[in-house]
Amino acid sequence: MGQIQLKQVTKSFGDVQVIPPLDLTIQDGEFTVFVGPSGCGKSTLLRLIAGLEDISSGHIEIDGKDATALVPAKRGLAMVFQSYALYPHMSVRKNIAFPLRMAKMDQAEIDRRVNAAAEVLNLAAYIDRRPGQLSGGQRQRVAIGRAIVREPSAFLFDEPLSNLDAALRVGMRMEISELHKKLATTMVYVTHDQVEAMTMADKIVVLQAGVIEQVGSPLELYRKPRNKFVAGFIGSPKMNFVEGEYAAQHGGHTIGVRPEHIDVVESGGIWQGTVGVAEHLGSDTFFHIHNTGLTDTITVRAIGDVNLRHGDTIHLNPRINEMHKFDAQGLRID
Amino acid sequence: MARSVSPRRKLINTTAAWAIGLLIFFPILWTILTSFKTEAQAIAAPPIFLGFDWTLENYRVVLERSDYARFLWNSIIIAGLSTVLGCLIAIPAAWSMAFVPSKRTKDILLWMLSTKMLPAVGVLYPIYLLFIQLGLLDSRAGLVVVLMLINLPIIVWMLYTYFKEIPGEILEAARMDGATLGQELLYVLTPMAIPGIASTLLLNFILAWNEAFWTLNLTAVNAAPLTAFIASYSSPEGLFFAKLSAASTMAIAPILILGWFSQKQLVRGLTFGAVK
Repeated sequence: MGQIQLKQVTKSFGDVQVIPPLDLTIQDGEFTVFVGPSGCGKSTLLRLIAGLEDISSGHIEIDGKDATALVPAKRGLAMVFQSYALYPHMSVRKNIAFPLRMAKMDQAEIDRRVNAAAEVLNLAAYIDRRPGQLSGGQRQRVAIGRAIVREPSAFLFDEPLSNLDAALRVGMRMEISELHKKLATTMVYVTHDQVEAMTMADKIVVLQAGVIEQVGSPLELYRKPRNKFVAGFIGSPKMNFVEGEYAAQHGGHTIGVRPEHIDVVESGGIWQGTVGVAEHLGSDTFFHIHNTGLTDTITVRAIGDVNLRHGDTIHLNPRINEMHKFDAQGLRID
Repeated sequence: MARSVSPRRKLINTTAAWAIGLLIFFPILWTILTSFKTEAQAIAAPPIFLGFDWTLENYRVVLERSDYARFLWNSIIIAGLSTVLGCLIAIPAAWSMAFVPSKRTKDILLWMLSTKMLPAVGVLYPIYLLFIQLGLLDSRAGLVVVLMLINLPIIVWMLYTYFKEIPGEILEAARMDGATLGQELLYVLTPMAIPGIASTLLLNFILAWNEAFWTLNLTAVNAAPLTAFIASYSSPEGLFFAKLSAASTMAIAPILILGWFSQKQLVRGLTFGAVK
């Protein structure tokens, strides 16, 4: 079991309120991702759930029981930190066994669980090494191992992949997702990387300045962003926003079109402009287009390698039925 | 790019470094040399550097006249216990200042250091009276407490700077893993700070060993450490420089040897955190 409920939770540091009253329910077994720009309060929120910070008001319930006043160890949660936070003076085995030793478990059971975790995480070969002798990815696995041996009711991940290089990050992303499928335990994952959020989450919580902007599945957020902030944050490259006359024609203060929803045509497009930077990825080409008379830059995704160079004129057809409309306050109009 | 140093420059630097080193070491060297001279040679003018009749006579006389072992034992007990006791108090204090600082932490640290700026003689009278009242005069227990207290600010300061280098996330991980505060200090913080703690212990042992003001003023016979042993040879009515030197050499020898063997640890501890 691992249902986490936040009820009217607030957090202030001195006079500064970083989390205004906030309600959130994380269902048992769900993979929930907190995402938002840096400083949006997502890590603070995770630390409040962990008990590493005290909440200023409100309640936190874990499995229906009030956990507001419980110390971190009594909440039955395990945490994986961005810096891994391994104990540098202990071997991998001792690192993983540490929470079990603290729980005064008997040695035979400790050995059984540590070996099982090492097996699952491919750490058996390094079990007697110290963290300093391991690579970043291996260290991250040790940190995960230390979390899973406790069999917690939920895992908390605080930007666990941001210290890894890009290739390793993709690999670890898969491993964590697979681990979630295997264990079916609640996971709460903090990241500033919307790609991580989209690929891993059952449910995404988008935060800005301590306020929840939207909660939903990745595709809900992609298809129906509640406001301009979520629309701009979810999706890569970013959604294009067009204001003014064109937007008014379509019945909104602002119109949002994703780069993948604009077609490049030979001639006679609704929009035209000149190609600025072209990013050729092979599978796709991203064009950054200027002089459209709409906004500074329009980003367009073309499938495959489209042969247009810097300074060329480009013709575009936005897909009207894929457009998002927002009012003057930035809220979605349906 | 690495800086290139010309051979001439290197020679000058090396010579200067050795000269300064010898200058600092000279008083100790002179004391050691004098301890092997006769009393007459010890005060000869001009001074004799090496060409004297080497003798162990001073050591024989000093060992015969005083109970060196008792002074040595007192020094070990007083310096050792005051350092260990200081650390037991300073580790939790430094932990709280490094990891759960309040608005006043910096002020408290400075205030603690300011007590070291007070001339010791300024509090001699009240402390002497307290010692009489509590029956602590000439007791090792009394000296352990006083030396521990006067060195405590330095121990806290040193440990505080070492602890600041330890990432707080590791301690938070321990908390998540179910460690109590005591376990966090014992199993996680202390082992990680071993180099810093070791050099703190060492430096404070040396400071306590060499402390003369309080040990001379608060002891007579029973608790007198090696500082008192040296002082007993500086009599105004006679010229006993050679014996005084022999006593001094015997008093500093243990700490000199300890310092020599642990210099690597000491230097590493003192520069801990400066270079990662």
